[in-house]
Order: sequence, then C-alpha cells, then structure tokens
Amino acid sequence: MAPAAKAWLVAAWAGYVLAPWYLADPLSALGSGGGLWLGLTRAPWLLPVGLALVAATWPLARGLDRTRAARWLVAAGMGGLAVLWLQGFAVGLSGWGLGLASLLGAPGPAQGGMGLGAAMTATSLLMLFCAGLAGLGWCRGDAFVTSSIGLVVALVGLFVLFPVLTILGSAAGTPGGGASPALFVSRLADPSIWGLGCLAGNGTCGVAWNTLFLAILVGLGTTLLGLAFALIATRTAFRYKKALRLLSLLPIITPPFVIGLALILLFGRSGAVSALLFDVFGVPRSRWIYGLPGILIAQLLAFTPIAFLVLIGVVQGISPSLEEASQTLRARGWVTFATITFPLLRPGLANAFLLGFVESMADFGNPLVLGGNYEVLSTKIFFAIVGASQDQGRAAVLATILLAFTLGAFWVQHAWLGKRSYTTVTGKGDSGLAPPLPRRVAWLCYATAIPWALFTFAVYAIILVGSFVKAMGRDYTPTFEHYLTGFRIEQTPQGLFFSGSAWNSLFVTLKVAVLSAPFTAAIGLLTAYLLTRQTFAGRRAFEFGTMVSFAVPGTVVGISYILAFNVPPVEITGTGLILIICFVFRNMPVAVRSGIASLSQIDKSLDEASHTLGARSFTTVWRVIVPLLRPALVAALVYSFVRAMTAVSAVIFLVSAEYNMATTYIVGRVEAGEFGLAIAYSTALVAVMLVGILLIQLLVGERRLGRRTALAAAPAPALASS
Amino acid sequence: MPRHAPASIEFRSVTKRYGTVTAVDDVSFTIEPGTLVTLLGPSGCGKTTTLRLIAGLEIASAGEILIGGRDVTTQAAADRNVSMVFQSYALFPHMSVLDNVAYGPKVQGLGRARAHALALEKLELVGLSGLGNRSPSELSGGQQQRVAVARALVLEPEVLLFDEPLSNLDAKLRRRVRDDIRDLQQRLNLTVAYVTHDQEEALAVSDRIIVMSNARIAQSGTPRELYEEPASVFVADFIGNANLLPGDLLREEGDRAVIQVGALTIDLPRRGASRGPVTVAVRPDAIRLHGTQPSSPAIQAQVAKAAYLGGHVEYTVGSALGELFAVDRTDRTPMPVGAPVWISFADRDVTVVPR
Repeated sequence: MAPAAKAWLVAAWAGYVLAPWYLADPLSALGSGGGLWLGLTRAPWLLPVGLALVAATWPLARGLDRTRAARWLVAAGMGGLAVLWLQGFAVGLSGWGLGLASLLGAPGPAQGGMGLGAAMTATSLLMLFCAGLAGLGWCRGDAFVTSSIGLVVALVGLFVLFPVLTILGSAAGTPGGGASPALFVSRLADPSIWGLGCLAGNGTCGVAWNTLFLAILVGLGTTLLGLAFALIATRTAFRYKKALRLLSLLPIITPPFVIGLALILLFGRSGAVSALLFDVFGVPRSRWIYGLPGILIAQLLAFTPIAFLVLIGVVQGISPSLEEASQTLRARGWVTFATITFPLLRPGLANAFLLGFVESMADFGNPLVLGGNYEVLSTKIFFAIVGASQDQGRAAVLATILLAFTLGAFWVQHAWLGKRSYTTVTGKGDSGLAPPLPRRVAWLCYATAIPWALFTFAVYAIILVGSFVKAMGRDYTPTFEHYLTGFRIEQTPQGLFFSGSAWNSLFVTLKVAVLSAPFTAAIGLLTAYLLTRQTFAGRRAFEFGTMVSFAVPGTVVGISYILAFNVPPVEITGTGLILIICFVFRNMPVAVRSGIASLSQIDKSLDEASHTLGARSFTTVWRVIVPLLRPALVAALVYSFVRAMTAVSAVIFLVSAEYNMATTYIVGRVEAGEFGLAIAYSTALVAVMLVGILLIQLLVGERRLGRRTALAAAPAPALASS
Repeated sequence: MPRHAPASIEFRSVTKRYGTVTAVDDVSFTIEPGTLVTLLGPSGCGKTTTLRLIAGLEIASAGEILIGGRDVTTQAAADRNVSMVFQSYALFPHMSVLDNVAYGPKVQGLGRARAHALALEKLELVGLSGLGNRSPSELSGGQQQRVAVARALVLEPEVLLFDEPLSNLDAKLRRRVRDDIRDLQQRLNLTVAYVTHDQEEALAVSDRIIVMSNARIAQSGTPRELYEEPASVFVADFIGNANLLPGDLLREEGDRAVIQVGALTIDLPRRGASRGPVTVAVRPDAIRLHGTQPSSPAIQAQVAKAAYLGGHVEYTVGSALGELFAVDRTDRTPMPVGAPVWISFADRDVTVVPR
C-alpha cells in the first residue's frame, strides 16, 4: 500500500473513532462522540461504516500483494461510502427516511447532520477507493489522478447535481412529504406562469412570458451595443478607445443591482433627472422606471460589457487576410463588410445574444430593485420562498422552469454554435491589416455607442456623487453622513470599535471572498488539468457535470441549496461554510474554462518530458504546470473574488443574521429606502474590489518565460465567458 | 548518481488500442544493449506510439515490455529508467537552461548543488558550457536540441529515446546533429531507440532499423539488409524508392530464379519465390538508360521528365511497364523530354520481392 493510502487509512479511523461524528447541535438526541462509540451505544446504523474500515485495513494487516490489496480498497471504499450515504438518508432528523417508516414503523431513530468525524471518514474512504482504483491500473496507476477525479466528481455531485435534483424532487413534492406527479403538472400549468392575458389586452402575462420577453430584448440590445463597441474598438481610429475599454470593464466590478439603484436616483419619482424635468419643463414625476423599461435599461447597462468582450474576441479572431483577399478581388469596403466580415461575425453574434439572454434570466438584483409590477421568474422564486406564501413546491416549479430555459439556451449554444465557430486565426503568421470600417457602418456604430457610453458614464457619476450628497434629487448638500453611518470607527478604551452598520457584512463578505477564491481556483484548475491532460472513461460526462453550475441561475442555486442542505445528512444552511461552498461551485466553471484555455496553449510534451525525468503527476503539476498557469490563476482568483463580492441572487437565500453579505445588506437598504447608505456602501465595495484585484496581481505575480514579448501573447482572462 | 549500464529493450506481442483503433498490433522485437535502433515508417504507422510505450507515456493494452530484462509493462514513465528527447524539445519555458537540465536530479531528491553540478557536466558534454543562465527561447534551434539531449542524459538512463529529433532543424544542420547523436551514442555506449520517417536519416545512424507499417513491423534488420533484401513491396518502396515492376518467374534453379520483366530475362536470387507472377524491385540507380538501341535485349521507353541535379540527372521515363524513376550518374547532359530511350538493368540492386 502506498504511503498516501496508509495516511488516509489513519485519517479514516481517526474520523470514525476520535472526531465528533455529528455537528455540534444542542438539540441532537444522540449527543456527541465518535462514530464508533455512538455505533456501539445508541446508533447501531453507524457500525457498517466501521466494517468498511476494517475491510480497508485488512490488506495491510495481511500483507497482501498490490493488486489484491487494491481490490480490497476499492470494495471497502465503495461499500463504506454507500453505507454512509444510505444511513444518512435512512435515518433522518425526525425518524426513518426513504419511506422506511411504513416498513419499520414510525417514527424510528433520528440523527442530526454529519459533522467533522463523518466528513473525515467519508473523504478518507473516497481517497482509499481512488487509491485502490490506481492500484488496479486505472489512469495508468496514477493515484494523484484518480484521487483528483474522485474528489472533483464527489464535490460536484454533492454541491451541484444533488441540489439540482433535489429541486426536481421538491417540485413534485406535497406538503406532507410525499410526491405527486399530478401536483407537479398542476403547479407547472399555473396560469400565473403561462397566462397570455396581456396579448388579449386584459390583465398581465404569465411570469414565464415576461421573463422570456425581457431576456430576448436584453439579448438583442446587448448584442447590438456590444457589436458597435467592438467594431469601434478594433476597426476605427477612434481616439478614446482606452476610455471605452475601461467603461466596458467597470460593470464587471459593480454589483449588478447598483445600476438599478442609480437609475432610480436618476429617473425615479424623486430622481435627479425627474426633478430637473419637473422644475424646468413641468413634466410630471412618474413611476415609469419601475417595470419593464427600468429592468431593460439596467440590464442593458449591466450586460453590454459581456457582449462587448465576447464580440471583440470574435472581431479580432477574423483573419485580416480574408478581408484583404476580398479587397484584392475588387470588393469595396461596404461589399467586403457585408459579404465577408458580417457573415463571419454571425456565430459570435448568436453567442453574445445567448449570453445576454441567459444573464438577463439569471439576474435577480435589478428586477428586485426596479421590477415594480413586472414580475420575472427569479424574483417570483424569491418571493415564493420568503414571502407570505412560503410555498417551497411552487418555488421549486418556478426554479425548474427557469433552469429549463437557461439549460435550453446553453444546449442551443453548444449544439448549434459549437460546430459553427469561424475563428479564423490559426496561429500561423498572419500579418494582414484589417480594413477600416465602411463609413456608414462606422457612423452607425458611433451613433449607437457614444450616447450609450455617455449614459453609462452618467450612471457611474451618479453613484459616486450620490454617495457624497444628502439626498439625490432633493438635497445636494455635500456630506460624509452616509459613509459615517456605514463605516464609523470609534476609538474606545478597549481599542478600535467598528460601530458602522456596514462593517459586519463587509467583514463577512471579505472573509467569504478571500476564502472561496483560492478554493475556486484550485478546484477549477485541477478540473481543467484533468480535462485537458488525462483520458479516462466518462470524461464527457465529467466535463458536463463540472459545467452545469454555469447554466444554473443564482436564484435556482440559492433555493436548491436551501432545499438540499437544510436537513441532514448534510446540514449546513445558516453557516458561513455554505456561502463559501456556494461561491466555489458557482464560480468554478469560469476557472475551468480559463484553465482549459491556458492549458491547451501549453504543449503536452512538457508534462511528458517531466514524467520521463522521473517526476510524478503531482510534482509535474506543481513544478511545471502551475508556474505556467499564472495568467489563468489570476483570472480565476480575480473572477471568483469579484463574484463573491458582487453576487446577490444565490446568497440572498443563504445569508443569516450572523453571516450577512455586503450585497444582501445593500439590497436591504434599498428596500428600506436608505439610498444614500446603499450607494455609499456600493462605492466602497467597488473600491475594495479594486484593491483586492491589485493585491492578487501582486501576490501571484506574472509568468516568467524569459521571453521579452511573452506577455502580449498570454491569453486574456476568461471574464468574457461569464 | 550511479552510472547505469545500457539495457536491452524487449517487446513481446505488444498491442496498443485506442478504442477501436489499434495503433500498435502484436509487435515483438529486441533492441540489444548499446545499439542504436531506428523505428522507421510513414506517419500513422505506430512508430511514435511504440516509442511512447518504451517511455511509459502509454501503457500497453496487451503484451509485455522488458527493459534490461525487467518487466516494466505497467510501470509509469516516472518509474522507468528511460529518458526521451522530444520532437518539440519540450524545454520548460519558465526555467533557465541549467534548471531545465537539473530538473531530473532535483525531482529525484538530489540537492540543488549536486543537481547543478550534474547538469553543468552534461551541458559541457553537449558543448553548451556557459549558456546555463540563458532561457531556452534565447537559444537557436540547434542549441535547444542539445539542451534537450543534455536534459535526457543527466539521469544517465538505461535507455535513451529520440522522437524525430531532427525535424525542427534546417537541412544543413540535420546532417551535423545526426552525426553528433551517433557519436554520443557510441562514445557513451547508450541504448537508443530513435523514431524517424526519413529513410536516409535512418540508414545513416542506425545499427538496426525496424520498419513499421499499419501498426505492425514490416521488416527489421541492418540498413544494408533492408536496402538490398527488402522483405515486402512496402519496404522496397519506402527505403530507397524502388521501381516495382511486374515480372514472371519462368524457372526455379535452386536458390536462383530466371525472371522475365518486359523484354528482359534476368537471373536473380530466388528468395523463396515460386513460379508465376512476381514483383521485381529495381533501384533507380540500377536502371541503365541507352540513347540508341543496344545489341542486348532492352525495354523501349520515352523520357517524360528530366531534372539536372548537379552530380546526377533524374529521369522519369514512360514504358510498357509503367512510369519508371531512374538516376543517371554517368552522363550529365540531360536527354530531352520525348526522346526515345532503351532500358536495361544493372547486376546489383535488382531483387525479387516476396509477396
């Protein structure tokens, strides 16, 4: 047995015998203690786990040869995990689960959520199972690879697939705890979801149609705006390209609802512009911004940068020599654009549209702040959970519909666009010069993009100005009042006292962001390594599993985590841990993508050279791959740090009084009408993020290739794929 | 580090499958210690897979691989005492030349000072002393190649593998590097397996050549055996561009045979052929071209192309036997296209190819 396997065996026994098996829970009927002790006294269903451990120890005690020991480890690991998982569900919080009550008589024994001991034992069993597989020759007998695959599969299964499946189960669930397909169908067919009243001119349309309509508008709008920006940035001699770039990157480090907030401050009943119009032109103040127009404008502002980043890559990806060829064939500027450039852009446009579409569906903050009577799925799900009705089944059905929409969009993208990529840069020397835009296209782009850029600028100006004045639209007296409310620090005899109301949530947010970023990067890059460098059975399914959480809207993640992790065996709601886990698995696909992009540029023969020089997989990863992956590492760290600071949709379900996040706190301030504090906090948050990004850059450093021009060729961070 | 004696490599019925594709099919061979053996074949014939199987970068689907008499079939690359020089050189771009060469000893757990001493020694061996602090991208292609060789040699492996080491070098440099590799191999008494698709390179450096085709071994032997006694049409064609002509074996006379090729009747070693149609391989050098009809029997043909190449003239001629490729080293004045010629064969470099 390998030394690592022995260490895991020790850890498994330690987890089973020494560490407390259950979460420390004063209400637990079983009390605390190791798994073995509880198994012998009060919880006999824990004893089979011990049997599995004995089986895992057997080959060591008997000194079996490599292959036979490996078979024992595989059997023990698999059996132990199965038993552990089954007992977790069979014995629930309040008696038998899995329908055993009718078989064995209610209520039966009860147990709480698994704790440190159970987690240690489960992890060790998994690692022993993987070590066994390696011993049987899987993945060329490389235990590092089998363990990595096992770990990623287990984590993704537990924290991505299991919650999503729980939603589907819950959508058909009755309040009593059973399941009824008829109830599922009736919930699904609810007229408040699919009604078409607005077409007939009476009443409102169903929430599903609302969501779709909005998403299509946003997809079209962001694509057009993004295209205009991309063409200006790449194909014109526009003087302020740098400013354009900056403006397009700003929304990435802005919590999404902040834009909605700024719109309220501009166009709300007491907004700056509304006040101006009323004072000068006598235009009556109205609530027009609340509803479809407001959400649409806010989402266009928030998601145009994404379309821009996608399309700028596509525009740059068109080989200039194609357009030059067209010109040498006597096609003039406009003809070349219409017959060559634009057709080559089409898949990119479809891609940008789909991203805008999905982002709009998944957006929660803006509809919450600006929605008014215009309901969309993400907010409706939220109110089904937290509102007066508290209908988990209905929330689950709505979440299922939203999930179906987004998964459908990604499926379309994958199935249809996957085969239609016209990226024509081949890596061979291609020294052509892209022609400038035809004049009418250029003017069209300017006419679209420049007003929009000014508008974005105005929005950000409002955010900055608004945080320093008493009340936007009414009282422009300069003040630090909002910052003081949020971030007051008092000098007391005991030392500094952070008495500002925002400190608590800011500290939690920072802690969660700082803790989740390295885990996200590690698991994402590890997955990317497995996907690009290893071949194993089920690789496609593995890839799909790791990318699923990309297509799951935050609201759906939030509700699925509540449904899955509010009860044993894995009971972690209300803790800080669930926030970290949520961010790790939500942001992991971006780390995977950016890792794959970087790894596919690193020749495989580097790994092989390292192997033939006697380095194993782990050493190779550590000494050869990781140093070359620095750009991807920075991208993954920055992305997950920023997302943890700005996301609101999933965490709003998961925060508790003790663990509140900055974004949810700000949303709360907005709902309470404390716009000044909200906006001051948002500004502070953006500043904190900028500092964080700089720190990450500084800590990770840059990839040293000893090449003078290497950095120009380094892949761009994969923020574009968000 | 102990100096390892060169080891033998033995394949026993080794098969490598990727899904339904068989890359190496039931291959057996032995490479003697201290020899340089070339795996030669067209792309996709399985030669690189065979090399990677020796290195442990691929694990055989069936069969046994022995290195130095020990079974290493399931051993990972890191556990085998085998080093490889990659086609792309695979120099770690984030390390200096010295760190690249010292990588092997370092990951084996040797101290930094000891690893660097070993690396400097090997850099000197390949003639790169003083360049240790450069980054690989600051070296020329030929220098990078030598770094790769130094890095592969630093662990003093039992077996050294080369995967098309010359393919990234320009034509002039190839001949020199080729000679350097052969020189190094003989000086250090190394067992070397060498993959190439260039038959001239293979003939020049090898003790033995293993010709592969369609995942199997087509023939193995010394360069001379392969050139003079090709075992199949494929080998005859692949090594030395033979003209493959249809013939008719008229009479078996012990180990000789009388064979009719067009208008010519020739007497050749029989090589196991029996009466009936046979294929005769004729090297371009063995085709004699006559401007006027000779008195002895000859095949009539016509010049289709003629290329003057300095030391010799290459001809493509059309005849009743099909297009023939001929090299004339005697007369440097090319015959004009369309001129009638008569063909006869030299005594050497004409063989019957077993079917």
